Amino acid sequence: MNKRVGRSTIELASRPSILGYAAYVGKKEHMGPLGRFFENYDPDTTFGMDTWEKAESELQRRTFSLARQKAGLENDRIDISFAGDLLNQCIASGYSSRENGIPFAGLYGACSTMAESLALASAFVDAQFACVASAQTSSHFCTAERQFRFPLEYGGVRAPASQWTVTGSGCCFVGPHQDDKVSVERICFGRIRDLGVCDINNMGSAMAPAAADTLVQFFSDTGTCASDYSAVVTGDLGEVGSEILSRLCVMEGYEIPNHLDCGKMIFDPEKQKVKAGGSGCGCSASVLCGYLLPELERGRLTRILFMATGALMSPTSFQQGESIPGVAHLVVLAAPKNSRK
Amino acid sequence: MKPTAEQYKKIYRAQMPKSKTGVDCLCAFTVGGMICMIGQVFLGLYSGIQGVDKDTAALLTSATLIALSALLTGFGVYDRISSFAGAGTLVPITGFANAVVSPALEFKSEGYVLGTGAKMFIIAGPVLVYGVAASVVAGLIWLLFL
Repeated sequence: MNKRVGRSTIELASRPSILGYAAYVGKKEHMGPLGRFFENYDPDTTFGMDTWEKAESELQRRTFSLARQKAGLENDRIDISFAGDLLNQCIASGYSSRENGIPFAGLYGACSTMAESLALASAFVDAQFACVASAQTSSHFCTAERQFRFPLEYGGVRAPASQWTVTGSGCCFVGPHQDDKVSVERICFGRIRDLGVCDINNMGSAMAPAAADTLVQFFSDTGTCASDYSAVVTGDLGEVGSEILSRLCVMEGYEIPNHLDCGKMIFDPEKQKVKAGGSGCGCSASVLCGYLLPELERGRLTRILFMATGALMSPTSFQQGESIPGVAHLVVLAAPKNSRK
Repeated sequence: MKPTAEQYKKIYRAQMPKSKTGVDCLCAFTVGGMICMIGQVFLGLYSGIQGVDKDTAALLTSATLIALSALLTGFGVYDRISSFAGAGTLVPITGFANAVVSPALEFKSEGYVLGTGAKMFIIAGPVLVYGVAASVVAGLIWLLFL
């Protein structure tokens, strides 16, 4: 059976469901506008560990365990785990999965990893390669800062277009369709887009063309438009990238008046001094699992496009003067049938 | 229509938020000036000590400012002042101390040799290398032509 729709979209005929999910965040995220939706948080950003990298692994471990409890699953029932993070060699994910005994597929999609892992997990379940698959990602402000920017205590000034890496993680367990759970209807893997942005402090601009490309491709594949969905939610374009996305979509004939961006939602830019908003894999992951999925379950959102965007550069490519390639992956999430109004 | 890289440059540059240059300059001037004033106070104090000449007093002043900056970096205060003061805390000698101490602290988790020792100069290193190189060139010019 041909499950492809148009150039890039994949129809998941069996409508896999999200059996359980959890978000876990740090103190700053808990103090943000979505704070009341993040019931799981730790005011100690070290998460009780002696290095930042171990802290991020612990963050993933806690999130995984909460989501697993919510789904009521034991580790031996989980057939595959898709996970990734921002650190070199994805160590947060690798180390957090050391003890769980689940087949592990590590991913690197930078900040697009939540959509990428969720799309892959859903595709695996739909194709019956797995009965239950997990999708997880995380980011930690302190690990990302020291890998991509400067030491924490360095007194540099943040550029106005820069974004603040979210300390947070999200985890979803995808399984066969259930009427009372959020389901994944379609997925769309994006192409790499690079329009020559070289500024590491302006990720929103670097990723916006990829977001526009995936969105327009999805609309043209499926013959739908933004108004067919409750919201079009992007990962971490921030203030700058969100504006550009709207402009790029208009240039291609699509309006997106119902656009939301997790990077803009998670922090209060003025009060929390985060410049253009939040970023990092954990940004879209924690907003998805802490806010969007519960809203879908409550029926306040009916069907959303969840599209996380990633900037695929490294400190080496940046220092060598290379521009930043962006990518965006899209997942269509639908509310449980009985909750739809 | 998809924009070309050239067209896109115009689009994203138009969306770039601008720095508040006037306010930033005022903050930098005020805090930078205050650091210099603190230095002046120490210079005055050290000069008053019997047996301390002008050069030694200046040297002691620099050392004191460096020690204070290192201490404030360790307590996690320096970067907070800097986020407000910008170049006001970056340009004086205190900024240099912060640039050495912050990576030294940060990379302690990788050990004292490959962490603190090796990475202490990742920010300040280039300043030292090109500072020394420039002084050699200046020295040669002075020796040959003056």
